[in-house]
Amino acid sequence: MASNEQTPVLEVKGLQTSFFTPDGEVKAVDGVDFSVNSNETLGIVGESGSGKSITSLSVMRLIQHPGKIVGGTIELSGEDLLKKSKQQFAKYRGNRLSMIFQEPMTSLNPVFTVGSQIAEAVRIHKKLDKKAAWQEAVNMLKLVGIPAPEDRAKRYPHELSGGMRQRVMIAIALSCDPELLIADEPTTALDVTIQAQILELIKELQEKSGMAVLMITHDLGVIAETADKVVVMYAGEVVEQADVKTLFKRPLHPYTQGLMNAIPRHDIDLDELEMIPGTVPTPQNMPSGCRFAERCPYARDLCVEKHPELATPSNNVDEGITTGQTRCWIYTDEWDGPNPTKGVATNQ
Amino acid sequence: MTTPLFEAKNLQKYFPVKGGILNRTQAQVKAVDDVSFAINPGETLSIVGESGCGKSTTGRAILRLDDPTDGEILFEGQNLMELSKSDLRQKRKEMQIIFQDPYASLNPRQKVKQILDEAMAIQGVVPKAKRPERIRELMEVVGLRPEQAERYPFQFSGGQRQRIGIARALSVDPKLIVCDEAVSALDVSTQAQVLNLLKKLQKDLDLTYLFISHDLGVVRHISDRVIVMYLGKIVEIADKRDLFDSPRHPYTRALLSAIPIPDPSKTRERIVLQGDVPSPMNPPSGCRFHTRCPFATDICKAEEPELRSTTFMNETHKAACHHIEKIAETEKTSIV
Repeated sequence: MASNEQTPVLEVKGLQTSFFTPDGEVKAVDGVDFSVNSNETLGIVGESGSGKSITSLSVMRLIQHPGKIVGGTIELSGEDLLKKSKQQFAKYRGNRLSMIFQEPMTSLNPVFTVGSQIAEAVRIHKKLDKKAAWQEAVNMLKLVGIPAPEDRAKRYPHELSGGMRQRVMIAIALSCDPELLIADEPTTALDVTIQAQILELIKELQEKSGMAVLMITHDLGVIAETADKVVVMYAGEVVEQADVKTLFKRPLHPYTQGLMNAIPRHDIDLDELEMIPGTVPTPQNMPSGCRFAERCPYARDLCVEKHPELATPSNNVDEGITTGQTRCWIYTDEWDGPNPTKGVATNQ
Repeated sequence: MTTPLFEAKNLQKYFPVKGGILNRTQAQVKAVDDVSFAINPGETLSIVGESGCGKSTTGRAILRLDDPTDGEILFEGQNLMELSKSDLRQKRKEMQIIFQDPYASLNPRQKVKQILDEAMAIQGVVPKAKRPERIRELMEVVGLRPEQAERYPFQFSGGQRQRIGIARALSVDPKLIVCDEAVSALDVSTQAQVLNLLKKLQKDLDLTYLFISHDLGVVRHISDRVIVMYLGKIVEIADKRDLFDSPRHPYTRALLSAIPIPDPSKTRERIVLQGDVPSPMNPPSGCRFHTRCPFATDICKAEEPELRSTTFMNETHKAACHHIEKIAETEKTSIV
């Protein structure tokens, strides 16, 4: 059994990533904290512009000019990754932490066979000779469930289907046995039947290796089926975090509630979808109070004026009920009166 | 029995694959292969399926945006295949389409009011003097402010741009609107706004939709009837409730079971299909699904199944499978 004092595989604290554009600083990620243990999957969910992908790119130190990590720490098994030099970090990336992306075609090199691309990763990090690296590449293709791996290793990316290409990406990412796998919308570009195969595969491989997985997605369905813990992001901040069952059973933040009620479901009939009015605020004119206030049905003056902190609820939650943490004034002592979200049924 | 607003009969759309030194046609991609269906006035008929199943090609073919290779398309009883180009243009005001990416289908150099004005001018439905008034009206109908008509497409968010696409489709008072993945590019919160808008407009303006989507959640929400396509063929057609609650074709069942449900307390049996969709250039013989089907037998390889209904199915519910009875039987025993 894992003890409570185990060092998390990944611990992010106060992460701030900004883009310095001609129009000024754009704070894409503004003070994000989370941690993932081995054998655990943390889901980060949010809509476009929530900062979820910038968070994952920051962990991989793949933020490019004019973007910059301006604050916080990122620790991999206790080592601060942001203190490493570029050369030092190159030994980590692709080795101890790996990433797979949404569109495998753009992340694979079209002029090399898939086998040689896996072998390259193995050779760099595991210091194997060419022949052994190729054998390892074939083994990896077999591991990710590609039929006839010896033959497929000699193929070019365009000769494979989308699902196969994503399997190849996973093979590259896992070839060095990483402690952490970051999957950024890994199945968004795939059809549902193929998505089911890929999600199953990631789970299976995690059970074998015990790696930690960071699953970044906009799809609450994928979160519900893969994650152990969930972080909900909105406009560059974490607005709610909880273990997966708690989150779906008792979402606290009005944004999380709205999101859950906005999803059309194939398994139940809904009369009308709940709408979240308006759109995400642009980073150029970020509200100084709660960032969700202008779209929130319960917002008061307090919400517009003061920025709430991410905290465990101290008010408006029935005693003895487990909850996660949320960034909402309703659950603080400063909120007068009852919880306006009480009785708001989610579709769960 | 209502007369259908629209009917497709034995619709085929083949794309030639050219190659060799003489650039001859070497093969055909059978994107849509012998598809028939009807749409009743006021209903929403959806087509679902995965990439390459032919759902978008069907949508484009029935509007003759891509001319069908063969078959009949009847709109209010008139065969559109026989119309000349100019007659067809006249007819297009009755049938509009909304695309997935509204940014790619709106001219970036035109203001919204010009976009809407142009649509009306081409169809000649509204006299010039009355168009500004109509534009104001359309903007309000789709939930935008009339003064926003002075803006360019890039000044809108994705959801708002999709509203402009809808306004343009509505500007010529169509009867039928083909929505081709109309909400697929939107975030869930905006997707809900646009879906609710489409539903409201249908009620208010008596519209008929052909809704093309890969998202079964969206389809359940908006449809009255649903068609499931696989590799250019219809594999199942049914009223919404029948399709989602008692799917008969093994592909439909696998498709439904593959979708992640946003509820971790629900556990259910997942049918994970092996392998990929075969190439439509060289589709499998017999039933096109037999290469991935857990129930396939010899007859599936040899004989193409017809769309059919059996005693325990509603008569509007049809599936193209040799083994409907057998599959229903195994289901009963597994429940008991």
